[in-house]
Amino acid sequence: MAKISLTVDGEKVSDEVEPRMLLVHYLREKLGRTGTVVGCDTSNCGACTVHLNGRSVKSCNVLAVQADGAEVTTIEGLAANGQLHAVQEAFRECHGLQCGFCTPGMIMQSVDLLNENPHPTEAEVRFGLEGNLCRCTGYHNIVKSVLYAAEHGSAHSEGAQA
Amino acid sequence: MIPAQFDYLAPTSLEEALAALAESDDAKVIAGGQSLLPVLRMRLNAPELVIDIGKIDALRGVRDDGDALVIGALTTHHELLNDPLVAEHALLLTKAAHELADPQIRHLGTFGGALVHADPAGDLGAPVLALGAEFVIAGSGGTRTVGADDFFVDLFETAVGEDEILTEVRVPKRSGWGAHYEKFVRVAHQWPIVAVAATVRLDGGSIAEARIGLTNMGSIPLRARGVEQALVGASPSEDGVAAAAERAAEGTSPPSDLNGSSEYRQHLAKVLTRRAVAAAARH
Ligand code: FES
Ligand code: FES
Repeated sequence: MAKISLTVDGEKVSDEVEPRMLLVHYLREKLGRTGTVVGCDTSNCGACTVHLNGRSVKSCNVLAVQADGAEVTTIEGLAANGQLHAVQEAFRECHGLQCGFCTPGMIMQSVDLLNENPHPTEAEVRFGLEGNLCRCTGYHNIVKSVLYAAEHGSAHSEGAQA
Repeated sequence: MIPAQFDYLAPTSLEEALAALAESDDAKVIAGGQSLLPVLRMRLNAPELVIDIGKIDALRGVRDDGDALVIGALTTHHELLNDPLVAEHALLLTKAAHELADPQIRHLGTFGGALVHADPAGDLGAPVLALGAEFVIAGSGGTRTVGADDFFVDLFETAVGEDEILTEVRVPKRSGWGAHYEKFVRVAHQWPIVAVAATVRLDGGSIAEARIGLTNMGSIPLRARGVEQALVGASPSEDGVAAAAERAAEGTSPPSDLNGSSEYRQHLAKVLTRRAVAAAARH
């Protein structure tokens, strides 16, 4: 067993884990943060995307021990003071989901994308989401949602993602 | 999918990591883990010990060293992609990093890790070969340097020995050279069926020098030397480079698999070389 201490959605946590435990399983099974989902389990689909020290990663392809000392943000840590993050709001506004299974990962990746490039073109959005698969929407409304968030993003989103 | 059990060490110095490697006879080194974790999860490998070098900060970053750039093994693909020194002196790496995997993988995956993993379809092998990079490898007896032509040994095998760690890669500067990485895939963020890494120097409107690497045209990345020779003096348009590009498959025996036959890959190599060289000459 290995001891890890990290911050998840602003909360400090410490645990003994098996070194082989994947970060996504740690989040879901140890911390009960089931908002982050496993889609493919082969590091293809991006449904499990979270932020590790402020950058998006696929949490099914990271060991929990690799996150020792790190700051992790999941979809559950995005809303602040009961208010949705601008990207969450945009997905609702533009109907950027159907079954919703890819959505936690899509949103986390979109937030990362907009952090790096606040005013992307449509092509840049599509390229930036290439690691996230959706079985339902055909991507059109997802791309629209990200562009909407870029246009309507508020000061609130900056604060929540700090 | 969950890896088999292993012990885990996260040393903070290279010396500690090398000592742990030497002591164990069944250890694997993990950097970002973006190549190794899928292997462990599918249980294609089940080492007793995993040594995490991700906390050895000395292995991170890009620095200017006169006529070469030195890229630390732990530099992530994302850092490589956004590094101004790399864009200025080794544009081919910037271009390849842009095509490599997806943003999430690029945030964690490392330059050194991907090269040592040595997947024949990996996107960095052909570019480092084309650029004539040198590999600095540390072992308990000190460090040694291996040239690009001797680094890749076979499928998933490099010159890095069991008890050694790749610490940095020296890339000779090719400032002002145009570059392009032309990758052929059926769906986004897939491994290339074939890809071509091209970097060229123009002089007076024609190609003065060209260096071409091929991805997934054999068990290791290959240089297309016939094309390189034939390109000298060529006009840098698609038509102008077409005859030289016809030599791209010379001496290759690419694999056949579900993505395409060996013959198809040889055909692709020619087409992609033509496109890659012409695009490289435009940048
Ligand atoms: S579940 Fe992690 S990438 Fe699909
Ligand atoms: S909304 Fe169903 S997978 Fe994307």
